[in-house]
Amino acid sequence: MTPLPISAYTLTTALGVGREPTLDALRAERSGLAAARFLDVELPTWIGEVAGLATTPLPAALADFDCRNNRLAWLGLQQDGFADAVLAARERWGADRVAVLLGTSTAGLLETELGYRRREPDGALPDDVRYRDRQNTYSVGAFVTRAFDLRGPSWVVSTACSSSAKVFASAARLIAAGLVDAAIVGGVDSLCLTTLYGFNSLELLSPEVCRPWDAQRRGLSIGEGAAFALLERDTTAPQGWLLGVGESNDGFHMSTPHPEGAGAIAAMRAALADATLGPGDIGYINLHGTATPSNDAAEDRAVGSVFGQQTPCSSTKGATGHTLGAAGGVEAAICLLALRDGLLPAGLHVQQPDPALGLNYLHHNQHAPLRAVLSNSFGFGGTNASLILGRAG
Amino acid sequence: MSDAQRAPLEVAIRGIGLLAPGLSSWPVAAAVLRGEAAYAPAAAVLPPPARLPPAERRRAGPSIRLAMAVADEAIGHAAIDPQHLATVFASSGGEGSNCHVLCETLAGADRQISPTRFTNSVHNAPAGYWHIAVGSRSASTSLSAYDGSFTAGLLEAATQVLATGSEVLLVALDVPYPEPLHRLRPLPGAAGTALVLAPPDAAGALARVAIGLVDATRAGPLSPCAEPGLETLRSQVPAAAALPLLEAVARRSIEQAVVLGYLPTLALHAVVRRPG
Repeated sequence: MTPLPISAYTLTTALGVGREPTLDALRAERSGLAAARFLDVELPTWIGEVAGLATTPLPAALADFDCRNNRLAWLGLQQDGFADAVLAARERWGADRVAVLLGTSTAGLLETELGYRRREPDGALPDDVRYRDRQNTYSVGAFVTRAFDLRGPSWVVSTACSSSAKVFASAARLIAAGLVDAAIVGGVDSLCLTTLYGFNSLELLSPEVCRPWDAQRRGLSIGEGAAFALLERDTTAPQGWLLGVGESNDGFHMSTPHPEGAGAIAAMRAALADATLGPGDIGYINLHGTATPSNDAAEDRAVGSVFGQQTPCSSTKGATGHTLGAAGGVEAAICLLALRDGLLPAGLHVQQPDPALGLNYLHHNQHAPLRAVLSNSFGFGGTNASLILGRAG
Repeated sequence: MSDAQRAPLEVAIRGIGLLAPGLSSWPVAAAVLRGEAAYAPAAAVLPPPARLPPAERRRAGPSIRLAMAVADEAIGHAAIDPQHLATVFASSGGEGSNCHVLCETLAGADRQISPTRFTNSVHNAPAGYWHIAVGSRSASTSLSAYDGSFTAGLLEAATQVLATGSEVLLVALDVPYPEPLHRLRPLPGAAGTALVLAPPDAAGALARVAIGLVDATRAGPLSPCAEPGLETLRSQVPAAAALPLLEAVARRSIEQAVVLGYLPTLALHAVVRRPG
């Protein structure tokens, strides 16, 4: 692909609201995870919760969209000058030439889940349960489009935990086809009962903080997050570059990765080909690294077979938790911070490295100039996406 | 210069699959769309997906059945090997009955939900099952744009065809919610449309379609279906939004323009041409 400049980006997770608090936490090798105390959930697990969402409603003009997921989106949009950058792009290209392509897995499902506890005698849901603007998968796309009065094409990709990586590819194609000149991409996913109890039902939740690449890793810690990037056909001051995207499917199992990571290998190779780069050009890999025994084992083999075992890599999910449909966007933003500052972030919480895993996994931060990095995002349904991002300068 | 002229994007349609109330296959639908057969509404029958192993077949809910049925018909029609075929699945809301059972269980005293129900709750479940069934590692995207989901899927698929120069299978599907969600999202029935899209010069094309986006305020009214029953279906089920486009294909018009709904601010302008 033709490299696409990224003119603004931001992220909000349990690690911090916006880039600077996130960077402070990364530099300090600090985690945003804590033992779960979310609503009345009684599960022995850790979560990455963004503080204050329950008590901060949306502005009145956007009240139809008010739910945890869109509140998180709104909070994220206000950081790092992102909203101003979108308004400038709208001014420059026109409201009909800016796309909104976001990823989520559960959108505003939480409010419907809670509404089911308050059904009327005839079974009806209470009036505050809103399907279109809150529960529906597209609600976050409609919300962001409305928040900026945009009139371009928009959709929400929902491919589980690769959702917000894949939208970078969709945006690049829309721009290449000449349908738009800019696109807001990224993802928003927020805590809800379906994911907490769902991953629990699959015995994939760690009872302690998640430990990617640890010999005793016991599963994931769920987080929530909002991350956005603004891609433009050209820009005077790029903050980073989208260099390549690779997408694939395992075609193997709905909830277990291919043991050799065959689909993941295909995605990483496709991303390298798309960027016309070789494995040696990649200075850091942000792993999917969920800390489930099967994910980390399969990803270790897959990355090793494409890159060998020297490329520094880590999973940042020990810091943010697994933000599911937002993970691709969140980790793309972390990669852009890594590129900017030459910071290779540590993978947290490893007590005993797994001797069966062979990658050069970073147990502490490293500092080195980076030119290009790769981020992996895989998900249920066998979906895989790899992004390659480049430094601004 | 209209937006549609500014950014024309042309693809060929090589195969079609269709399943909707009263329309049990593409040939049945084509005859109704041409006005050669009467439309007889009846709930769509969603067959168990023969491609899946028995265990998965039992677990396959209505959205998976619907997606597999129309996808199978389209690839058969195009005589194409699905193993190396990228896919785009567009659905307004995924599997409503599964969502309802999960919400009901999570509102009860014992919140232990079924792991299969959770796995199948992801929006990309039909895509996941399809790629398992046909053993495909090709790229797959699943998306929603609420009532504009078919058009969003068409844009994603057509831009993929342009980017890769290869065929893409587009599957649009919607299944109704049970109560109490049905009251909030009253989809009257299940409907699915599948298209094998290819570069515009592909051999064996049924039609060529040039698409572009137009401002909804300048697009004029959306193209209706000639048959009143189909027009009701088109206006009520997002996955049936393709019907006016398919009507132009079925009638083998030399050239026909249609306007399909997309977002409140945006419509899709499509010019359907008979190849040759």
